[in-house]
Amino acid sequence: MALLEVRDLKASVAGKEILKGVNLTVNPGEVHAIMGPNGSGKSTLANVLAGRPAYEAIGGSVLYEGKDLLAMKPENRAREGVFLAFQYPVEIPGVGNAYFLKSALNAIRRYRNEPELDAMEFMDLVNDRVKLLGLDEAFLSRSLNDGFSGGEKKRNEIFQMAVLEPRLAILDETDSGLDIDALKVVANGVNTMRSKDRAIVVVTHYQRILNYIVPDFVHVLMDGRIVKSGGRELALELEKTGYQGFEARAAAAAP
Amino acid sequence: MAAPDPRGQYLADFGSLEKEFYASEPEWLRTLRATALARFQEVGFPSQKEELWRHTNVAPIAKQRFLPAVRLQTDGVSPDRVRPVRFSQFEGSELVFVNGHYAPRLSALKDLPPGVRVGSLAKMLAWDARIAEPYLGRYAKVEANPFVALNTAFLQDGAFIEVPKGAIVEHPIHVLFVSTFHPTPTVSYPRNLIVVGEGAQATVTESYVGLDEGTYFTNPVTEAVVGPAGRLDHYKLQRESEKAFHVGALQVHQDRASVVSDNSLSFGGALVRNDVKTWFAGEGAEVALYGLYATHGTQHMDSHTLIDHAAPACTSRELYKGILDGHSRAVFYGNIVVHQGAQKTNAMQTNKNLLLSKDALADSIPGLQILANDVKCKHGSTTGQLDEAAIFYLRSRGIDPQAARAMLTYAFVREVVDQVKVAAMHAVLSIQLASRLPYADVVREGL
Repeated sequence: MALLEVRDLKASVAGKEILKGVNLTVNPGEVHAIMGPNGSGKSTLANVLAGRPAYEAIGGSVLYEGKDLLAMKPENRAREGVFLAFQYPVEIPGVGNAYFLKSALNAIRRYRNEPELDAMEFMDLVNDRVKLLGLDEAFLSRSLNDGFSGGEKKRNEIFQMAVLEPRLAILDETDSGLDIDALKVVANGVNTMRSKDRAIVVVTHYQRILNYIVPDFVHVLMDGRIVKSGGRELALELEKTGYQGFEARAAAAAP
Repeated sequence: MAAPDPRGQYLADFGSLEKEFYASEPEWLRTLRATALARFQEVGFPSQKEELWRHTNVAPIAKQRFLPAVRLQTDGVSPDRVRPVRFSQFEGSELVFVNGHYAPRLSALKDLPPGVRVGSLAKMLAWDARIAEPYLGRYAKVEANPFVALNTAFLQDGAFIEVPKGAIVEHPIHVLFVSTFHPTPTVSYPRNLIVVGEGAQATVTESYVGLDEGTYFTNPVTEAVVGPAGRLDHYKLQRESEKAFHVGALQVHQDRASVVSDNSLSFGGALVRNDVKTWFAGEGAEVALYGLYATHGTQHMDSHTLIDHAAPACTSRELYKGILDGHSRAVFYGNIVVHQGAQKTNAMQTNKNLLLSKDALADSIPGLQILANDVKCKHGSTTGQLDEAAIFYLRSRGIDPQAARAMLTYAFVREVVDQVKVAAMHAVLSIQLASRLPYADVVREGL
């Protein structure tokens, strides 16, 4: 069974139709890249899958592990193993990083009837992951994303992913705003998370991140539809032609 | 039909109390009372036509006949009843007042550095009134506020704290005012005087607590005088009965290079007004004013602050936060006045309100009056609901929406809560918050 099965998904934001029929199948163990220019609907797809209010699915269906994902509340999607790395992580002064993440982890564990972790067990778990993302321990006692640099915020997203261990991770433009060193750290964190049980969907404008997180499949999203799918080479081709050239060819090829 | 003017009643009360209690007082104190009474008789209770009272209608106080609490018996309260509202695991001195009367039985005075005086103001006035004469009524001006006039005319008892030059009082001094139920609503007029000498340091916490859910009126005034390079950390925790009225004022007077902080934490009362004012009399002084008000039901809470930058190179920081629920209403009115010649003033004033209910109403009126040209002043105000983007972020990680709301609500107040450095008060505050914030049980760990 596919992990994620998106069928003819249509979605609107503030009454405007953005996704116009997306089809996508993701199996466990796979890494998919969804590429597209600004306004193509990449972030809308990521947010609809995570259940963000105001991102409204108006047609089609999404099955996650065979279950109707769109019918689930956002917190239940997370508890079922769906994770969205935000393009713009929210700053929340007054809520400590460690406190937040422990609350999240234990909420997920309760849902799965697993015993909650106490403070000691939690710290044992996070200490490894903190190092993986090149973060220091002081980072855990800071307020959630409060005053973080762009790079720190993105690393924090991947750090959260490493602690929560989702089955399906959707990275929404995690590469944007990262310098090359930060990108390598983030990519390394993601690569460490690759496993036969887990799928990763990388949503990106640029090919660059795919040099470090090598995808199994690449999809090109244009105007709310996936217009072409292929392997790694499709991303390299896009880099040469750009979206404009691709768009022209896609238009010419259309019936 | 117009309501009968309550001034006549206060005049009559004064007349009988004067014969009984005030006649033996020194001349200066009797003059102070008479002047204050005359002022109150002249202006009466403020109307909403006055700018400083525009948002608060004190008619419920004016209409109610209150028996002066000085006439109540004082020995009706057992230590067991007071214990739950005292500070626990507290190493400092604690002065307890019941319905405005000093209760030596319930109070505990610890060892203090030589020359430091801590005790009942009334006792001190009876013993040697000259000690208070240079201070009492010199700072909290009766012209500025009819309720200060009322308190000054009827002032009864409170804490007298004097820390001489260079002395450092290590542990906080807690002044606890409890009110009990009485079939006839009563009024008490607590009056505190805090004098911190040059280079001296003290921490004073005031608590006002209703032991019963009765109607009564507390009208306290605190004057604090801080000498050159002195330091005062002052706290006021207001947990009156939710049927009670509380109209209080703090007036601080700061000499050069002194450092003062005030934390005003307000939870109780049906109708509450609190004025905090500080006057910079010498250069290089600093003040930090923090406030937290949490309202629910039909409570009305009004916080007024005034910072007078009357000397150059002083710094003021102000942060007041409110959480409003139910049909409650809260007012923040802040004013920073930078006087002519007060160059190099640095002032920042912030008020933030969080509305937990559609029916709650916050008025936020920050203000600056700048009469100098070389200053750094900033003020800001926000009122809103919890950030939906933040709620979604927490939910997207598996956190229950109610827990997300509780976390964000607590995060909102934390900035002020973290300023409470007195552990025993912090503990009381945490319990108070847990009883007040929605879904507090889910964030117990964070409290």
